[in-house]
Amino acid sequence: MYSEKVMDHFQNPRNVGEIENASGVGTVGNAKCGDIMRIFLDIDEKGIVREARFKTFGCGAAVATSSMATELVKGKTVREALQVTNQAVTEALDGLPPVKVHCSLLAEEAIRAALRDYAQKRGIVIEGLEEPGEEIHENRHITD
Amino acid sequence: MIYMDNAATTRTAPEVVQAMLPYFSENYGNPSAVYSLGSAGKKAINGARRAIASVLGAKQEEIFFTAGGSEADNWALKSVAEAYSGKGKHIITTKIEHHAILHTCEYLEKNGFEVTYLGVGRDGVVDIGELEAAIRPDTILISIMFANNEIGTIEPIEEIGAMAQKHGILFHTDAVQAFGHLPVRVDELHIDMLSASGHKFGGPKGAGFLYVRTGVKLRSFLHGGAQERDRRAGTENVPGIVGLGAAAAKAAETMAERAAREEQIRDHLIRRIESEIPYCRLNGHRTKRLPGNVNFSFRFVEGESVLIMLDMKGICGSSGSACTSGALDPSHVLLAIGLNEEEAHGSLRLSLSEENTLEEADFVVEELKKIVARLREMSPLYEDFLKYGEPGIK
Repeated sequence: MYSEKVMDHFQNPRNVGEIENASGVGTVGNAKCGDIMRIFLDIDEKGIVREARFKTFGCGAAVATSSMATELVKGKTVREALQVTNQAVTEALDGLPPVKVHCSLLAEEAIRAALRDYAQKRGIVIEGLEEPGEEIHENRHITD
Repeated sequence: MIYMDNAATTRTAPEVVQAMLPYFSENYGNPSAVYSLGSAGKKAINGARRAIASVLGAKQEEIFFTAGGSEADNWALKSVAEAYSGKGKHIITTKIEHHAILHTCEYLEKNGFEVTYLGVGRDGVVDIGELEAAIRPDTILISIMFANNEIGTIEPIEEIGAMAQKHGILFHTDAVQAFGHLPVRVDELHIDMLSASGHKFGGPKGAGFLYVRTGVKLRSFLHGGAQERDRRAGTENVPGIVGLGAAAAKAAETMAERAAREEQIRDHLIRRIESEIPYCRLNGHRTKRLPGNVNFSFRFVEGESVLIMLDMKGICGSSGSACTSGALDPSHVLLAIGLNEEEAHGSLRLSLSEENTLEEADFVVEELKKIVARLREMSPLYEDFLKYGEPGIK
């Protein structure tokens, strides 16, 4: 069901954990949908993401996208970090099953939420940081 | 590999496969044909019908073969709705039924029927008083599952049957998880219709049956040839039916011994998990429970992650997490017994067969402990719980 890259990032997730006194923290998702993602960013005075960590409650895809998203934003400027979209995360993981695409949306939203928190704490405005979008829900179960 | 997903499907027993094999390339004749090659298949079908009728304490003409449990459920509900709509248009069922019942009820609701969905208690048991209160003069059918597929709770079928009989209402039970695992006698339990599926008790996939008590009006489900006494057209799935009959006979013969063995492993798993993994909850009734069913919710973790990690250790289980079903809402059964969404997403079902061992159970617990601990380490819900606590948690 999952690509090798997804399985690798699920089994050996990069950057799990917290950052004390993080420059920005973003938590998105909810328990109803089964995914909660929290991303911590450490951003230096030049506006470069020095470190990124995450904690995620969710399925294999949620963990893998969190892991990949933190990898992708590390070393980037705030402006570049905003370019880490769900497509970028999904592509870096060699794709996700269609029903799991909402997980990659969550990773993008978590990064944006952390950047929004950073902007708020610093009292700055980051161009292109609008409110997160709605997830798309599918509603049929396959049972035994 | 450790296979603990027998509620999803079972391994077809080797002797069942052996019984089926002659009906592929040797006795392949159409059972409706006049020549002897066909009559071999016809004889075999009737043998299977007799075997199943005998297990149920029913008459062989009361057994109708189907392509499985879902078809039997669809047929029972739609046929009663159609044949008895003159008497009324009200059906009573529960919130914890399989989707083969729930989605058929939704379909009937769109076609002018009214359905009452009874809730259940925290252990998943239907309340007889609530059932009686839901009965109306226009109620034509009560459909309540024998045992739940997710949480393993066994419903009070005899009392429900007696209640239906008292009020002159037909009683159908989806016995897909129970038949072959629990004693099911249709007369003692006052069952009018019953659905079962072969692959849940060592038989092949794609073969099941609907039991229909003599005198209950049964409408044709598939129109065409005169198979199944003109009620279910189509050339019979002879090898499947033969396998279904063989599996039913074998299951009845070995039931007591199997149940005792599965219960021992089940209770061992439950004891160890409850004492060794914190913040867990057993779902379903502790004793009124299918012999092979174990279902736990683990707080702060998500079920699919647990399943993937178990799979890496060669363990097959299942979960009521939305992520395992291609949907985003967690199991309707777990929500109906009062779990919140997080708990429902964090559920794990292990369903046993007689082939599982205590050693396997111990290995599963050891791996599960590590997996739950590891996932909690990366869970923001667990982080918040450690930091801020939560009132009322055990």
